Amino acid sequence: MTVINIIEIVISILVILLAFLAINSKTLIKSVMFLSGLSMLSVLGFVLMKAPDVAVTEAVIGSGLVTALFVYTLLAVGKRGKKA
Amino acid sequence: MKNFLALALSLFIGFLIIMSLRNNVAFPEYGTVNVASRVSQAYLDRDVTENPGTVIFGESVNLESGPANTVTAIVADYRSFDTLGEVTVLFVSSLGVALLLGTKKQKRLEVDFHPNFMLRVGSRALFGIILMTGIYVAIHGHLTPGGGFPGGAMIASSMLLLYLANDSFRAKIKGFKILESAAGSAYILIGLIGLLVGGYFLQNVLDNGTLGSLFSAGFIPIIYVLIGLKVGSEISGVIDNFLTEEGV
Repeated sequence: MTVINIIEIVISILVILLAFLAINSKTLIKSVMFLSGLSMLSVLGFVLMKAPDVAVTEAVIGSGLVTALFVYTLLAVGKRGKKA
Repeated sequence: MKNFLALALSLFIGFLIIMSLRNNVAFPEYGTVNVASRVSQAYLDRDVTENPGTVIFGESVNLESGPANTVTAIVADYRSFDTLGEVTVLFVSSLGVALLLGTKKQKRLEVDFHPNFMLRVGSRALFGIILMTGIYVAIHGHLTPGGGFPGGAMIASSMLLLYLANDSFRAKIKGFKILESAAGSAYILIGLIGLLVGGYFLQNVLDNGTLGSLFSAGFIPIIYVLIGLKVGSEISGVIDNFLTEEGV
């Protein structure tokens, strides 16, 4: 077993852990943060599996755009909740 | 108890999937397959219809498909019709967002978040870098990993940075809409040119050039630049719809 194999196994365990935390965390903003971390780790996984095309797309969409839109929507919804 | 049941159920289903696929015709044991006999080898050798010989980076001329990046050769040349479908899917989703969230009189969404000094200054420095990276990735889609979709998404995320850094900023969204429809129509027109000249929809009729040079691969760079513009303007429109609300 080489070093790369061990890194791959660690990354996959962390991805499963982060997915569990994203589902089970108490507040929505923490869920979004865990989901963003999951995307970042899956980018590493894609690079290790020699799929740079998918890694670039995942890095931009998964951890960039989607996270920002989620956070902004949560901010907007929180403000509405306070008003009502 | 509920969590434990869910864990047991998912482990059971995973076990079932692995056992049913083991030593199957579709999934033979690791290492026993002769990869050279599969379709992917034909894509790598660029000899789906005839045999052009070995593929050498920087030397091979007039291959069946020009891009040095094999993923691009499949996505934008052999299976370009699929990419047209993907572009249509993205168009439909942005149309849905515009139908739900787009109103006539719009102003920026009021949230409890105001950009601080660091974000305002840092966004000015980063905007140009992200935009240039996006354009680079879209233009070099036939040479390096990436292509139209990630490039366009990077262009859109640079727009998102401008939105985040300024409370009252709004892009000129009408121009984005014109750009998006023009780029989409141009993609279809290129396909029709291929149909008229080459005989097939989206057939590459330009010279493929040398493998690995910037001006090579015929239609592919043009198609990827168009897709980059279309995706970038589309996602920018979606971002604008998310960050605005009804009002004067």
